[in-house]
Amino acid sequence: MTNWIDIAALDDIPQQGARLIRTRTGCVALFRTHDDRVFALDDRCPHKGGPLSEGIVAGHTITCPLHNWVFDLNTGIAQGADDGSVATYPAKIENGRVLVGSEIIARRHAA
Amino acid sequence: MMTAPKERLVVIGAGMASGRMLEVLTDAGAPYDITLFNAEPRGNYNRIMLSPVLSGEKTYEEIVTHDDAWYAERGITTRFGEHIVKIDRKAKVVTGQHGDLPYDKLVIATGSAPFMIPVVGRDLPGVIAYRDLDDTNTMIAAARPGAEAVVIGGGLLGLEAAAGLQMRGMKVTVIHIMGHLMERQLDPSAGYLLQKALEARGIKVHCKGATKAIMGEDRAEAVLLEDGTVYGADLVVMAVGIRPETRLANDAGIEVERGITVNDQLRTSDPSIYALGECVEHDKQLFGLVAPLYDQAKVLAAELLGQASAFQPVQTATKLKVTGCDLFSAGDFADGEGREDIVFRDPGRGIYKRLVLEGDRLVGAVMYGDTADGNWFFGLIKDQTDVSAMRETLIFGPAFQGGGSVDPMAAVAALPPDAEICGCNGVCKGKIMEAVAGGADSLDKVRATTKASASCGTCTGLVSQVMALTLGGAVQTKDCMCGCTDLTHEDVRRLIKAKGLKSMPAVMQECGWTTPDGCAKCRPALNFYLLADWPLDYRDDRQARFVNERNHANIQKDGTYSVVPRMWGGVTTPAELRAIADAAEKYNVPMVKVTGGQRIDLLGVRKEDLPAMWADLNDAGMVSGHAYSKGLRTVKTCVGTEFCRFGTQDSTGLGIRLEKLLWGSWTPHKVKLGVSGCPRNCAEATCKDVGIVCVDSGYQISVSGAAGMEVKETEALVTVPTEDEAVEWTAAFIQLYRENARYLDRAWKWTARVGLDWVKDHLSDPENRQALNERFELSQSVYRKDPWAEHAKPGARDEFSPLADCRLEAAE
Repeated sequence: MTNWIDIAALDDIPQQGARLIRTRTGCVALFRTHDDRVFALDDRCPHKGGPLSEGIVAGHTITCPLHNWVFDLNTGIAQGADDGSVATYPAKIENGRVLVGSEIIARRHAA
Repeated sequence: MMTAPKERLVVIGAGMASGRMLEVLTDAGAPYDITLFNAEPRGNYNRIMLSPVLSGEKTYEEIVTHDDAWYAERGITTRFGEHIVKIDRKAKVVTGQHGDLPYDKLVIATGSAPFMIPVVGRDLPGVIAYRDLDDTNTMIAAARPGAEAVVIGGGLLGLEAAAGLQMRGMKVTVIHIMGHLMERQLDPSAGYLLQKALEARGIKVHCKGATKAIMGEDRAEAVLLEDGTVYGADLVVMAVGIRPETRLANDAGIEVERGITVNDQLRTSDPSIYALGECVEHDKQLFGLVAPLYDQAKVLAAELLGQASAFQPVQTATKLKVTGCDLFSAGDFADGEGREDIVFRDPGRGIYKRLVLEGDRLVGAVMYGDTADGNWFFGLIKDQTDVSAMRETLIFGPAFQGGGSVDPMAAVAALPPDAEICGCNGVCKGKIMEAVAGGADSLDKVRATTKASASCGTCTGLVSQVMALTLGGAVQTKDCMCGCTDLTHEDVRRLIKAKGLKSMPAVMQECGWTTPDGCAKCRPALNFYLLADWPLDYRDDRQARFVNERNHANIQKDGTYSVVPRMWGGVTTPAELRAIADAAEKYNVPMVKVTGGQRIDLLGVRKEDLPAMWADLNDAGMVSGHAYSKGLRTVKTCVGTEFCRFGTQDSTGLGIRLEKLLWGSWTPHKVKLGVSGCPRNCAEATCKDVGIVCVDSGYQISVSGAAGMEVKETEALVTVPTEDEAVEWTAAFIQLYRENARYLDRAWKWTARVGLDWVKDHLSDPENRQALNERFELSQSVYRKDPWAEHAKPGARDEFSPLADCRLEAAE
């Protein structure tokens, strides 16, 4: 059972953009897609540590700003020829608010 | 369960849901003594048909569903025009304005209230909501031909209001806060087509418009937007949304969340009280469309008759009731894991269809222009039909079922599979063949799956040959823009101009994009093309920009940024240097470095510090150096006649003049200039995009140099006698480059594609040069401004900081 944390209003995240949540073990990127869905992923590309939140959001993918690796926001898995994945966290919209699974607080401690 | 004497049933609200419930209940010979309250001084009418009443296509009498005779015939006591003041649950009594009435069972069907955005001026006469017949009559009374109306809200209701007012002869503007109309029902492509259709009818549409205030002395006169736009308005209609009307229930202490919470039997937290319609919340869901409300009505009637029944919300479909706008949407059309799109676009006929599949099922459909098959698709969605067998032809509708599929597999090529084709990424031929066999039938797809030819690109020809062999010659070698389209950059630029495409959804629709919102490759390119071609109409889309341009600083490998203030022509002052030093210390800048472009780079700045640092530099009179942009970077100069004993002209002054003219402009790739005061060329002008070397008789202008991966001397363009002409030619060259080059082609690459003679031909005509200068100046009227100042404004800084900090919570 997921416990949810209310992070912000949906409008605080630009459409086709991202904002960051700071946690004790690094940043989590919160993406908002063109069709108003939200996704939470580690803000760190497995390739060279690029901040994914600064990439371009298209469809349900994010392209890393440093070397153009492309990740599926649903699964966190790198697309095409690149091999790697980014941790994903539950995220949803409720009443115009963005909620994220509370595990982002305790991530890695729990693992 | 029910026994005589009759129980007393009180219904609050005579809307469509309660009307349907009463129909079903009384048809079954309701064993109740029914009293119906309504705040409006009339009974039930078809609210959905208010927009034809507004437009004059129907009268109120035609949309009445229950008249006085109907209520009398069914034995329903009506108390219309009377508000309920209070519900006493203990005594089971409702208090109306004209007296109390006891109940055994109570139905709350208070519907919804329009949401009025809390801006200054919303209480002025002439500002109304669009909800009921009285609102409609107010609008009809105000609708003088030629008068101006502003409708705030581009959803279903707002657009119907806009169309109705327009049909009554008003000049209508729709202001919508989102990027496209009806965003809850439509995706951006369909929203774009709708906007186009409305605009063709004379309705102005302003998307991404946030209302700041409604202005007027005694009554509404104009609407002011956050971006400063003002629209005159004799009438302002707010149609931004509705919220459940729950005040009575709240006061009575019944459980209310967003709406009055009900169970599957529409029962509230009080077992004697039911709720129905737009005021309820069922399973965390609210309801605004009529179909589920009618379902609720049937369930509640059954419940009141003592029959078992349960409300289950069903999929709903939407159609817009605006004559001439044919659109349909049903189901869930958001992208999602395991979901696939089938997109059909026929730009010539203005048709767009998108089906969303999840596995073997159709889960959503959006259609514009041709909605004849809408109900067939809606049926497939509702019934969860397995559509895998007809997938190939599904989008063509029921008439086309039964087509065969095509197998693109071809003969295997004869080259050794372990031969390395792409040196950069170490891709051998076998891997490319695998990718092609796996469905990568275009160069772009092969690049995406194998990375072959994705870096330096010199093996592109070789990769195409391998593909051609593998595919038996059926390879698409056209150099398309990206995986979203088969068109080349040149095709797209031509179409943007020829068809007057002024927004990203417009381009994607008219050019037949295969993805809903493009990709990281085409979006930045389209953003540039649109802003270069339509500087006044198109607004720069930050989310379509690479990180550096979005954040107006250069990202470094550790995620910090570098900040480079502009130094006009490489000239600075002690005061500027002091301000730079202060900023470096204040923000703990780990490295201060002099750049090759004659300015100072502050490296290692944290993103959240950027706006404050910019504000400090702004205060000292400095602006962004655009060291991050595909735009004008630097104008490198030598000291020229000011100080140098060899100088022939004021090269420093010319460099500063050029930089002040060109700064802020966006170009296909970066643009660097150099101005040297004599042929000794201390400013290294002859390896720049535009280089000017001053000589005794004037100015030698040369273009298309390079000093990066490629090193290339500039080629002579022209020699002119005066500084004014040098400036005119330079701006004309840059505008020609802006208008014609591919995104990410440096000037030298572009001139190599089109030929320098073509460029010279265009620029040698004085009229043409003049026109290019005028178009450049028009664009600069928008873009010659400091982006740092924009983003350093207190209200604009948020996006540079994290949204939330969960570190403390973790420590607890």
